[in-house]
Amino acid sequence: MLRPTEATRGAETRNPMTQGQQEATVSGLAPTEAAPLAKTVETRDLSLFYGDFQAVKDVSVKIEPNRVTALIGSSGCGKTTFLRSLNRMHELTPGARVEGEITLDGENIYAPGIDPVNVRRLVGMVFQAPNPFPTMSVYENVAAGLTLNSRRIKRAEKDEIVERSLRGSHLWNEVKDRLDKPGSSLSGGQQQRLCIARAIAVEPEVLLMDEPCSALDPVATLAIEDLIRELKSRFTIVIVTHNMQQAARASDVTAFFNLEETGKPGRLIEIGATEKIFTTPSEQATEDYVSGRFG
Amino acid sequence: MESSARIRPPLAELGGGALPDWASYGVIAGSALLGAALLAAAGTLSVALLLVLTTVLSCSAIYIWSRLVEGSRRALDRLVTFLIVAAFGLALIPLLSLLFEVVKRGLPGFDWEFLTTSSRGVIGGGGAAHAIVGTVVITGVAAAISVPIGIMAAIYLTEFEGGRLRRALTFFVDVMTGIPSIVAGLFAYALFAIFFGPGIRLGVMGSAALSVLMIPIVIRSSEEVLKIVPNQLREASYALGTPKWKTIVRVVLPTAFAGLVTGVMIAVARIIGETAPLLVTTGVVDSINTNPFEGRMQNLAVYAYSEYRTPGVMKQASYDRAWAAALTLIAIVMLLNLVARLVYHRYKTEAH
Repeated sequence: MLRPTEATRGAETRNPMTQGQQEATVSGLAPTEAAPLAKTVETRDLSLFYGDFQAVKDVSVKIEPNRVTALIGSSGCGKTTFLRSLNRMHELTPGARVEGEITLDGENIYAPGIDPVNVRRLVGMVFQAPNPFPTMSVYENVAAGLTLNSRRIKRAEKDEIVERSLRGSHLWNEVKDRLDKPGSSLSGGQQQRLCIARAIAVEPEVLLMDEPCSALDPVATLAIEDLIRELKSRFTIVIVTHNMQQAARASDVTAFFNLEETGKPGRLIEIGATEKIFTTPSEQATEDYVSGRFG
Repeated sequence: MESSARIRPPLAELGGGALPDWASYGVIAGSALLGAALLAAAGTLSVALLLVLTTVLSCSAIYIWSRLVEGSRRALDRLVTFLIVAAFGLALIPLLSLLFEVVKRGLPGFDWEFLTTSSRGVIGGGGAAHAIVGTVVITGVAAAISVPIGIMAAIYLTEFEGGRLRRALTFFVDVMTGIPSIVAGLFAYALFAIFFGPGIRLGVMGSAALSVLMIPIVIRSSEEVLKIVPNQLREASYALGTPKWKTIVRVVLPTAFAGLVTGVMIAVARIIGETAPLLVTTGVVDSINTNPFEGRMQNLAVYAYSEYRTPGVMKQASYDRAWAAALTLIAIVMLLNLVARLVYHRYKTEAH
């Protein structure tokens, strides 16, 4: 399913859809052929709390499969909290609470009797700072999801998954001769691609990325953005970013979060095709934010 | 606003001359010579007085000299450096003196016979093999009891419990750290006396007493080490769909391994020289006993104590053996520390 890296990076040339098609569907994009892995994520009246503090209020959104959905907004507006609720990482914070519903292809992941461990196997995550396991080699890091989940697989099969994942994250050529070196011996950008390889090795249905490039230099950032565009053919991707150009370059759909005022919960202001959000947003707050007049 | 250039002297005129590189050593040497001359003139030449006088003289001299040449900030810096080095030296003196004394007095009795024979049926001779074996067995059993309990308690405190219970447990662990060792010994004695009747002496009783002392140390050090394992690693593991227990066993513990080993070694070094609790629990005996569940057991600290207290006919030989036992004990502790360092460097991760 992998497609070669697209040569052009400009937002205007990246999306082959015409304006007319974009207005035809809810998300503003024509449906693409869904890969078997990717699933639709939908939230209904989702509110997220840390103890008494409400971080996110009443978010209802449909995240389409095989698209890159970018979450933008100023710091502290609940983007990361929202992202972490999608694979039930939010509740790891003591006192954290969830109200409302999140469905993965129609199934509520917060329903009683659902094991968060199983949800996280289907919804993978890449973090802001690269966090390879320091005690494991490059190979072991990529295979960590398989070995930690005690799936008994043959060595040859494991080798194949590790190679496929590292190729998938564009790291294979750089590390194929030092798979037994510690994961922490790689550069920052390589470590982040290693973490992406680790996340896709378990074949999740949805891939969450929390500012995956904020600790990287521009070259490594572009490499990861290329990768993100490529990975969407296999996964549903949700990415939090503070970098507008990144949202414009890498995403198909953009969701803008904002605070009404300091101390109030963050809300979803607007979601739509990235081009529309960046050129003709419906809300004044969105326009102020994307044009840099605010936030 | 009018752009008026700020008037300031060139940087070179702002002060900051420098003392020569040899200034510190020169001042110390000069002070020592001056101090020696002064003491000789007064007719009371002693090493201790000379050291005190040298410290006072060199501190004043370096401060005044530096103040004149380099200014007040650098002068204060040099003065404080001198004071800290002096404090370090002061702390080192008892340690070096102890090591020197133990080696000097321990070496005469420290030979192959001492290490390989017991004192059974020997009058005024023999060695400490039974005590060495006893020390290793008692400490080993104590570690086997304390390390799992201590590390699991630390895991509970760092990974599972965050509220009031944790504060309560931490408090009690701190209280346990302060238990006098003789109390731990009496506790173990009383505990075993309930089941085996009064007068019982077993190696494992000593281990139980030492465990009471060792567990809080292991808990405290392991807790500190587990706390600094970055939370990102736990999250990375959870995000792969790894259950919590597996995250702890496969990610948290390996990351903290070097630190855990160091903590355990420190705890072992702390309890290996205990005397009082073993006097009341393991007793005194002359023959080698490798079974902690039967009969009395000797250990090095108690051996040194009893050799000194009841020297027998050839007093000096007994004293020599007591010092040799002390030397052996120190050697074992140093060996353990060395192993801990090697393990630490072999397995340390960025997190530690």
